[in-house]
Amino acid sequence: MNDVVSGDEGKEALMNRTSSETGAPRPDDSGADRRLLPDWRQLLRSMLCIRYFEDQVKALFGSGLVRGSTHLCQGQEAVSVGVCSLLTPGDAMTCTYRGHGAVLAAGAEMDASFAEILGREGGLCGGKGGSMHLADLEKGIIGSNAVVGAHLPISLGAGLAAQHRKTGKVSVAFTGDGSTNIGAFHESMNLAAVWRLPVVVIIENNHYGEYSPLAATTSVTRLSGRAASYGIPGVLVDGNDLLAVRQVAEEAISRARTGEGPTLIEADTYRHEGHSRSDPAKYRPAGELELWLARDPIPRFEEVVRAAGAATPEDLESLRDDVKAEVIGALERAKSWPAPSLDRLYEDVYR
Amino acid sequence: MTVELTCREAIAQAIADELAADPDVIFFGEDVGAAGGVFKSTVGLFDRFGPERVRDTPISEQAIVGMAIGAAIMGLRPIAEIMFADFAGVCFDQLANQLAKYRYLTGGQACLPVTVRMANGAGAGFAAQHSQAAENWFLNVPGLKIAVPGTVEDCYGLLRAAVRDDNPVLVFEHKNLLGLKGTIPERPYRLGVASIARRGSDVTVVATQQMRHRALEAADRLAAEGIEIEVIDPRTLVPFDDVAVAESLVRTARLLVVQEGPPGGGWGASLIARMTSSHFECFDAPPRLLASAETPVPYAGCLEEAWMPCCEDVMAAARDLVAS
Repeated sequence: MNDVVSGDEGKEALMNRTSSETGAPRPDDSGADRRLLPDWRQLLRSMLCIRYFEDQVKALFGSGLVRGSTHLCQGQEAVSVGVCSLLTPGDAMTCTYRGHGAVLAAGAEMDASFAEILGREGGLCGGKGGSMHLADLEKGIIGSNAVVGAHLPISLGAGLAAQHRKTGKVSVAFTGDGSTNIGAFHESMNLAAVWRLPVVVIIENNHYGEYSPLAATTSVTRLSGRAASYGIPGVLVDGNDLLAVRQVAEEAISRARTGEGPTLIEADTYRHEGHSRSDPAKYRPAGELELWLARDPIPRFEEVVRAAGAATPEDLESLRDDVKAEVIGALERAKSWPAPSLDRLYEDVYR
Repeated sequence: MTVELTCREAIAQAIADELAADPDVIFFGEDVGAAGGVFKSTVGLFDRFGPERVRDTPISEQAIVGMAIGAAIMGLRPIAEIMFADFAGVCFDQLANQLAKYRYLTGGQACLPVTVRMANGAGAGFAAQHSQAAENWFLNVPGLKIAVPGTVEDCYGLLRAAVRDDNPVLVFEHKNLLGLKGTIPERPYRLGVASIARRGSDVTVVATQQMRHRALEAADRLAAEGIEIEVIDPRTLVPFDDVAVAESLVRTARLLVVQEGPPGGGWGASLIARMTSSHFECFDAPPRLLASAETPVPYAGCLEEAWMPCCEDVMAAARDLVAS
């Protein structure tokens, strides 16, 4: 799995610098790690926020406070954080309904995010969207989307606006492995390539499209390889290795900003939970979850930080406690906010 | 001297005027640029504004509409074309689930000044997948505005108003009217204002596009019989100018709606339901909906013509209403 796939021979340099299979930090990663470590605390904090935020969402769902359904991304935090840590004001981000991670990583406030999931007036979208529709436009969070693949053309539009205005801004889209089989994916990748739009599409390959394993539904399981059919670079990266994700995303975002067009990144990762809260994921083979828990991106990154001498185990423990308290505080605030007033029903249909 | 244009020329003129007026306006679709559009409604735009503002897309309707959404959210004012309105079926998710709902789902954060143009309507021999009155598909999707111009003036005025509106507007251009001649209006339009195409005192006839013209022909012929029908063209289905219809109904006490497309779930049935609820006491006769057959649009000329209301149908229905 160390190979990476490209539709462009000239991009070999980019292709050869990414990815590891085992998930364990490789000795030769350390140089890159040190280079990227100055903001380690922010990166780790961001991953922990997502993890603990979703622990609370899970509990809220269990107590009947989350309506409909909700889709957890626990286990995939390094992908969201690795990419979103590179975005700057004016950039755009779209993601899937498994989007709590990307939305928080892109800077949405936790209390307003909880409030949206709880259907409160103070929610990101005033309680009109819920867990599958989180958006914060001022922060470039164009939104999570509840229809598989539907956000990809929308993400292209954000890229088109950047290209039209020559802003040097980029549009990134997180999408699932399952979405690579829907028509909107193909239309979007082709058009992004033809127009050389400043777009980066990150496939979070968590190995299951809803309840079905990838190989049962998809003729080509190395999804970065699909880039070849659009003549754009396709990069495979260990999605549970935060720094590796950041490295490939940095390269892809830089290409986009400088007018070199789109990149397709496949981040190999795993969702610790089932598709939604109604899915106990009994279809997973025995031992699979345990294998991936051993490659959990959070302890792995903590180990990198510790090994580099940037923090002691006590520092890390203290950071975890801080974030937990922060998450609980945000949830308490959100819970204290009222439900939307009924006249909101008719607002926001038209401007 | 006033210059006469065809509908297709008026459409190109409206797009050109918006492109010239606002650098945030951008126009794209299949073959709209170098080829000037399959209906020749966009001739000259590519040469005048260049390939960055008038863009040819692949045959990818989902991408076309989705791109317009994303570009609008980021501040542009896109005009997208999806050629035949029937192809709205190919990108129904983007139109009905994304474009229509994005503002609501984001609690009002998103502003979507998106115009989607498409050619609707029967009568040109394109058969069932290229001839539908697809505007009716969207009546049950709050969040969209729907324009159905039936004259040169309205093709120009409504399109410019659509581009300037901060909401998504679907503009249906009837393919059987593209060669119609007229002049472009001097004053800007507002969406949601009906036009009284002909004054009359005996029956209120509400019709759009091709049916408007058939109703006007019927009006001429009925006048010779001493029956004066008032022809109202709502011009937009959402918002719908109920007031204009109600004011007419108060005077005529008789309502006839002439609709291209099958009767079920269409704008005509909705209008009659609203009018009977709000103005029941005004009616001297049961309101009447004249619509197409409940079948797909057939190919053969005689079948296609039989499929939709004709001038004689309108005349017969008006006579019945006056007699009752």
